[in-house]
Amino acid sequence: MANPFRKIAMTSASQVQLRDAQIHQLANGMVLVGEPTDAVQSAALSLLVPCGYSTDPAGRLGLTSLLCDMIVRGAGTRDSRALINDLENLGVERGESVGVSQTSFSAATLASNLAEALAIYADIVQRPELPPDQLDAGKLVCLQELRGVADEPSQKLMVALRQRTYSDPWGRSSNGTEAGVESSSAEDVTTHWSGHYRPNGTILGVAGNFDWQRVVDQVETLFADWQPVEVPPPIETPPVAGETHTAFEGNQCHIGLAFPSVPYRDPAYLRAWAAVGVLSGGMSSRLFTEVREKRGLCYTVSASLQTQRDRARVLCYAGTSAERAQETLDVTFSEIVRLGAGVENDELDRLKARIKSGLIMQQESTSARSASIARDWYHLGRIRPLEEVGGLVDSLSADDINDYLTAHPPDDFTFATLGPQPLELPRGVS
Amino acid sequence: MEFRSQRLDNGLEIVAECNDAAHSMSTGFFVRTGARDETDQLAGVSHFLEHMAFKGTPRRSADDVNREFDELGAHYNAFTSEENTVYYAAVLPEYQEPCIDLLADIMRPSLRVEDFEMEKKVILEEIQMYADQPPFGMDDKIKELHFGNHPLARSVLGTEESVGALSADQMLDYFETHYSPANMFIAAAGRVDFDALVKQVEGLCGSWAPQTTSRDVPGSNSHTDFHLVHRSSATQQYVLQLADAPASESADRYAAKLLATMFGDDSGSRLYWEFVDPGLTESASLGHYEYLGAGMFFSWISCEPVAAPEIFTRLVALQEIAELDGFSEQELGQAQSKVKARVVLGSERPRNRLFNVGGNWMQRREYRSVADDVATVDRVTLADVHRVLAEYPLTRHTTVTVGPRQQWPGSA
Repeated sequence: MANPFRKIAMTSASQVQLRDAQIHQLANGMVLVGEPTDAVQSAALSLLVPCGYSTDPAGRLGLTSLLCDMIVRGAGTRDSRALINDLENLGVERGESVGVSQTSFSAATLASNLAEALAIYADIVQRPELPPDQLDAGKLVCLQELRGVADEPSQKLMVALRQRTYSDPWGRSSNGTEAGVESSSAEDVTTHWSGHYRPNGTILGVAGNFDWQRVVDQVETLFADWQPVEVPPPIETPPVAGETHTAFEGNQCHIGLAFPSVPYRDPAYLRAWAAVGVLSGGMSSRLFTEVREKRGLCYTVSASLQTQRDRARVLCYAGTSAERAQETLDVTFSEIVRLGAGVENDELDRLKARIKSGLIMQQESTSARSASIARDWYHLGRIRPLEEVGGLVDSLSADDINDYLTAHPPDDFTFATLGPQPLELPRGVS
Repeated sequence: MEFRSQRLDNGLEIVAECNDAAHSMSTGFFVRTGARDETDQLAGVSHFLEHMAFKGTPRRSADDVNREFDELGAHYNAFTSEENTVYYAAVLPEYQEPCIDLLADIMRPSLRVEDFEMEKKVILEEIQMYADQPPFGMDDKIKELHFGNHPLARSVLGTEESVGALSADQMLDYFETHYSPANMFIAAAGRVDFDALVKQVEGLCGSWAPQTTSRDVPGSNSHTDFHLVHRSSATQQYVLQLADAPASESADRYAAKLLATMFGDDSGSRLYWEFVDPGLTESASLGHYEYLGAGMFFSWISCEPVAAPEIFTRLVALQEIAELDGFSEQELGQAQSKVKARVVLGSERPRNRLFNVGGNWMQRREYRSVADDVATVDRVTLADVHRVLAEYPLTRHTTVTVGPRQQWPGSA
């Protein structure tokens, strides 16, 4: 039956509020971006250091992750225990993660504790202790993580899929390999830190209840002496062909599928992203409807656009019982191919409503905002206000998306499967 | 920030924390039903029913339900636990009315047989998915061993057999007795128009006929046990452990949470420094989970199979030391700082507040503001923590370990 509220979605009264993003560049190249607001009691920081797993030396795959573990084992005047305890006493909710091009440090706490937390992070990236007597512990942590992934079939599959779809070093796993971690020495860790933890390329995003000028002054004091390092770009080599199927004992078969797309800074990004949103985003999206709702083939099916700075892929996943895996693969693949024929206006309307509420609700999280403005700077070299994104979304038409899809239909697929037995792949793909 | 509540004649309650400064509002139906209210034959019906609510009503097809939620730009979902089934959505404030219209409608689903059979396949896939992931179904196994025939021992998902054998008629019977207006309530948080909410809910739900629903809330009569399960395909060894803990009615639940934070938080706790920081385990944690009539301390360790028995022995030794020597003021202060910051950070999103407001109403029919929670955390003393630990010793536990190990030293 018709939805009496359908029209409302397009005339939403809520607007994203204009918040002024502030930018300050240090002489050494580090960039501080901030979004102050007095509507909250918290503040969050997102510190992106240009040391991702793509910088792992050959033969030392996993070194960046090992460094990321070692870097919080004492810094400045604090030993390992004092560092963690002091952050916790400040109520800092923290996280460290290694991505393809950056190591990210995120921290959120009560606004009144921001300055003290920031000073600790300045020590962590510039004056880490990297204690050699804790190297074995750091390695064990990394090896444990590698073993943990081995027990998570869907994660294991996606690692294989990224390796098969991206050129090296862009398709690596952040955890590296057992051999790479085990062969890393204390000297490797120190050299990797001094060669890649550097102000040029580092971005600090701060969002929440803080005074911009005070943070600028503090950041100048804390980071101005950090010396730049020039790093050559990595050497790119084609993906390793490898087997499509990985044998895995279990009830379910896991299916991964990738195809090329455009990165965040590409002018066509929003159109490409919206097309994927029609495929998978919300329970009325095509994959959820066709694979799960109409056929009951699986519990999980999804697709998302994963962007790096200069390249991007759409990554799709479905997990299903072995005997229904072939049908799941066939239906999923045919939906992806059908996307090339275009999207409908009502699909786009739903997507716009979801994007818009997502943008507005993002303002309710200082962690999300600090990460978002830092990411914007990395990809675009500027901060795109939410208001501007909202405007772009409003002006998007089904014709725009369909023009993009006509020029770039899903193609050039890469598959990976993991489960009790291999599947038959669509013709002409590997 | 203002708390408001209202009760309809048929027993349906509406509670809300209204915050005019919020950008969004979150709302949901909280139903007092879950695995603990099932029988052996009905194992998994609450969770299956939660899926079926999205499969259409007399006014809407399954496609309509999904499409309309998406048209509102809603962030929506549902979950089922041992004792609750919750349907929720976060939307922009101007969509409060259509959002409630949709949520209220799916609380009276059609439960059509063909949809039931199709969704059964999805549920069976979900059961298989969890069976392939750590802890490979052992979270259900350990509850059975520890709680015996207590209702909390029941599995939320059910088994392939129990779900496979369920009929649409059985589900309908269960629905009629458990989705009574007096056995559920509506909660909301954020920029809520409360008067409009009450008026609308009265119109939509006021005619729902009340039914008598009862629930057994026995105290826990728990067991201790040790169980080794061999799984050759696993890489890591997983150790799960349950001990009794304060229930949701107990004022000691805050002390229990701080105890769990000091002993087994993901970072900076005793388990962290003993096991995680030196890389001896992939993870090692302790959490406190509260239910009506019983609570549980749940420990979780994943590590290399060869090291597992030694790690387990050291875990028990740490528990003994805590029971004997207690904790320090420094540890308590650190845990309090952490927990308070989490409360405040979490409170900035209406969708987080919804679960706090709804959870408190579900468990205790009370409202607690962020300031109330912060103040209560501050008031907990070491003496409180030590008293809780004496009453609910961590050393009195049931353990299940699953992984490649075929044998365990000292166990038959």
